[in-house]
Amino acid sequence: MAIFLNAGSRVIVQGITGSEGRKHGARMIAAGTNVVGGTNPRKAGQTVDLSGRDVPVFASVAEAMAATGANVSVVFVPPAGTKDAVIEAIDAQIPLAIVITEGVPVHDTAAFWARAEASGNRTRIVGPNCPGVASPGKSNAGIIPADITSEGRIGLVSKSGTLTYQMMYELRDIGFSTAVGIGGDPIIGTTHIDCLQAFQDDPETDAIVMIGEIGGDAEERAAAFIEKSVTKPVVAYVAGFTAPEGKTMGHAGAIISGSAGTAQAKKEALEKVGVRVGRTPSETASLVRDVMRAG
Amino acid sequence: MDLFEYQAKELFAEYGVPIPRGKVAASAAEARQIAEEFAAGNAGAKPLVVIKAQVKTGGRGKAGGVKLADTPDEAEDKAAAILGMDIKGHTVHTVLVAEDTDIAQEYYLSFLVDRAERTFLSMCSVEGGVEIEEVARTHPEALAKIPVSPLTGVDRAKALEIVRAGGLPVEAQEGAAQLAERLWAVFTDEDATLVEVNPLVYTGDGRVVALDAKVTLDDNAAFRQEWGSFADPAAVDPLEARAKARHLNYVKLDGAVGIIGNGAGLVMSTLDVVAYAGEEFGGVRPANFLDIGGGASAEVMANGLDIVLSDPSVRSVLVNVFGGITSCDAVANGIVSAMALLADRGEPVRHPIVVRLDGNNAAQGRAILAEANLPLVEQVATMDDAARRAAELAAAAVNGA
Repeated sequence: MAIFLNAGSRVIVQGITGSEGRKHGARMIAAGTNVVGGTNPRKAGQTVDLSGRDVPVFASVAEAMAATGANVSVVFVPPAGTKDAVIEAIDAQIPLAIVITEGVPVHDTAAFWARAEASGNRTRIVGPNCPGVASPGKSNAGIIPADITSEGRIGLVSKSGTLTYQMMYELRDIGFSTAVGIGGDPIIGTTHIDCLQAFQDDPETDAIVMIGEIGGDAEERAAAFIEKSVTKPVVAYVAGFTAPEGKTMGHAGAIISGSAGTAQAKKEALEKVGVRVGRTPSETASLVRDVMRAG
Repeated sequence: MDLFEYQAKELFAEYGVPIPRGKVAASAAEARQIAEEFAAGNAGAKPLVVIKAQVKTGGRGKAGGVKLADTPDEAEDKAAAILGMDIKGHTVHTVLVAEDTDIAQEYYLSFLVDRAERTFLSMCSVEGGVEIEEVARTHPEALAKIPVSPLTGVDRAKALEIVRAGGLPVEAQEGAAQLAERLWAVFTDEDATLVEVNPLVYTGDGRVVALDAKVTLDDNAAFRQEWGSFADPAAVDPLEARAKARHLNYVKLDGAVGIIGNGAGLVMSTLDVVAYAGEEFGGVRPANFLDIGGGASAEVMANGLDIVLSDPSVRSVLVNVFGGITSCDAVANGIVSAMALLADRGEPVRHPIVVRLDGNNAAQGRAILAEANLPLVEQVATMDDAARRAAELAAAAVNGA
C-alpha cells in the first residue's frame, strides 16, 4: 500500500520542459515511476525526450489529467510561477501535488494553501521546497534518489532532503514503505502530523521515523498527536542542537527565535510521549533497528 | 531579513501608516541637527525628542538605548551616549531621533505567519508597550489572535474585528482600524513575514500612531521586491557576504572545525555531530554552516572550500556529503581542483581536510581522492568517525598553536 504514492500512481511533471523538470523527469522514469506527461502551455502538443522516452506535453494540468488519467503532479516550476502552477493543479483537482521548488515566497504558499482549503482539500499538497515522496519499488515522485534504499516496512517523514537520504541509506537493508520529504518552509502543505496519521493507518508500515529540525513548533505538535493517535513505534531525530539563535540555517523555516524552536525543546516534547530520539543520524538508525527487531 | 525600526517606519510612511516625525542619525552632531529642526516647529514642549538606538533586537529600553531629550544640546549628549553601545551583542551604529509623542494609551498590533494553521494571523491587545510574550504568558485572554485569510485579507470590517477583539476602547477603534488596514498592505505588498507595532499609541489629541515598528521581510520574495536600500553592510560578516555573492549558503560560527556539506538538514546535523565529538577534545566546535546545495559542481565545491578556509579560526575542515542529486565524483573533483586553485593563488591549504562521501557515485568520488593522493586530505567512511577525526585534528592544531 504505502502512503500517498503507489504502483498505480500516474505522474505528470509541471515544468517538464525546464532543465530541472527534464533531469528529474528522466530520473523518475529510470526509478520506475509511471511518468505519463507534463505541462507547459507554450509547448503543448509537443513531446519531450526523457532518456529515450517521448513524454507528451499538455497545456494544463486539467488537459493532462483528461488525456492520461494522471493523479499526481510534481511541480518544478521556478519560484515566480509556482503559485499559479499549484493553483492550476488544485483547480484541476489532481489528488496529489508535490511541490519541489525551493525559494517560494511564503505569501504565495499561504495563497495556494488557502485555495486548496477553500476547495475542500481535494488536492493533497506536499512541499514546497521538498524532495518529494518515494515508495521504494512502487513509485518515486520528486528528487529522492531511487537507488539508495529498498522496499520495506519503515515509514519516514522528514523536513530535510539529505537527512532523508542519509536515513534511507543507513536503513537500506530493512527498507521503507514510503518516505515523505515535507520540506522546511514556514508553511507546508503536508505536515508531520498528516504523515504520522497516514503511516498509522497504513498496514504496510510497522514503525515510523520522524526527522525534524529547529524552527517553529511542528515537532511539538507532532508529539501531542503521537500521544493521542499513534500506536506504532516512532523514532525521531532533530537536527540543529548547536545552531545559534537568530541565524537562519538554510531552510527558510530553520531559525531559532528566542527560546522557541530549539532542538532541545523538540527532543524533550517527543521523549515525553514515548518517542525514542537519537542524538545523531546513526544513533537514530540503530534505535530504528531495535524497534524493528522487537516488532 | 529584519529591518531596523527607521527602515520599517519608512515603509509605514509609504503606506500611510501614521508615525511620529523622525530622522536617522549616525553621529551625535547629526542628532543635534535633527533636534534643532524639530525645535523650530515646536512651541517649547518637553520633552523635545526621543533618541532610540537602532538595533535588530528587543529590550532596547531596558538596556538604556532609548532616551528623552528636552533640548538640542541634550539630544546631542544622549545620542553620543547611545551610539556605540552594545545591546545584546549588537553595536549601535545609528539612532532614530523622533518627535516626542503625547501618549494617552499603549496597545499592541501585529500581522504574522501562523505556521501551525498555515495561514496569517493578526494579534492585538489593549496592553501594549510591554513585551508581548509576557502578556501572552501571564494573561493570554488580553491578547486576541484573529486568523486572516490570504484570500480575503483585511478590509475595514476585518480591521475593526481585530481591534475590537484586542479590547481597544471605542474612541481608538476607528483610528486603529484604519491603521491596521494600511499595516496589512505593508504586510502583503512588501512580502513581510512579520509586521509588529508595539506600542501602538492613542495620543492625548485622539490620534492613533505607530510609535515603534518591527518588520521582517521574506528573503524568498527578494526577486520581486526592491529592497536594495535595506541592505545593512555593517551587520554582515565579510565571509558571509563573499559566500552570498557566490550563491553559497554560509553562516559564520565561532568554532575551529570548518564544515561543508550538502543540504541544510545534513549540514545542521553535521554541526551537532562535530560538537558532540568535540566534547572529547576540549570542546572544539564547528566554525561555520555551509550548504553547497543539491547537484553541486566541482566549482561550487572549490568556492566552498575557499570560503571556509578564509576563516582564520578554522583548524580543520570536514566535508560531509551524502550524494543524492549531488555526485560524489563532482565533489571529489572539486576538492582536488580547489587545492590546486588555492595553491596557484599563493594561498596553499594548510589545514587537514577530512572527507566523508556516501551515496551517488561515492565509489568514484573516493577513488578520485585516493588517486590524487593529497597529503592533507583524509577519507573516513562514516559521518560519526569523520566528525570525530575532524574534531581531533582541530583540537591538536589549537593546542599545538
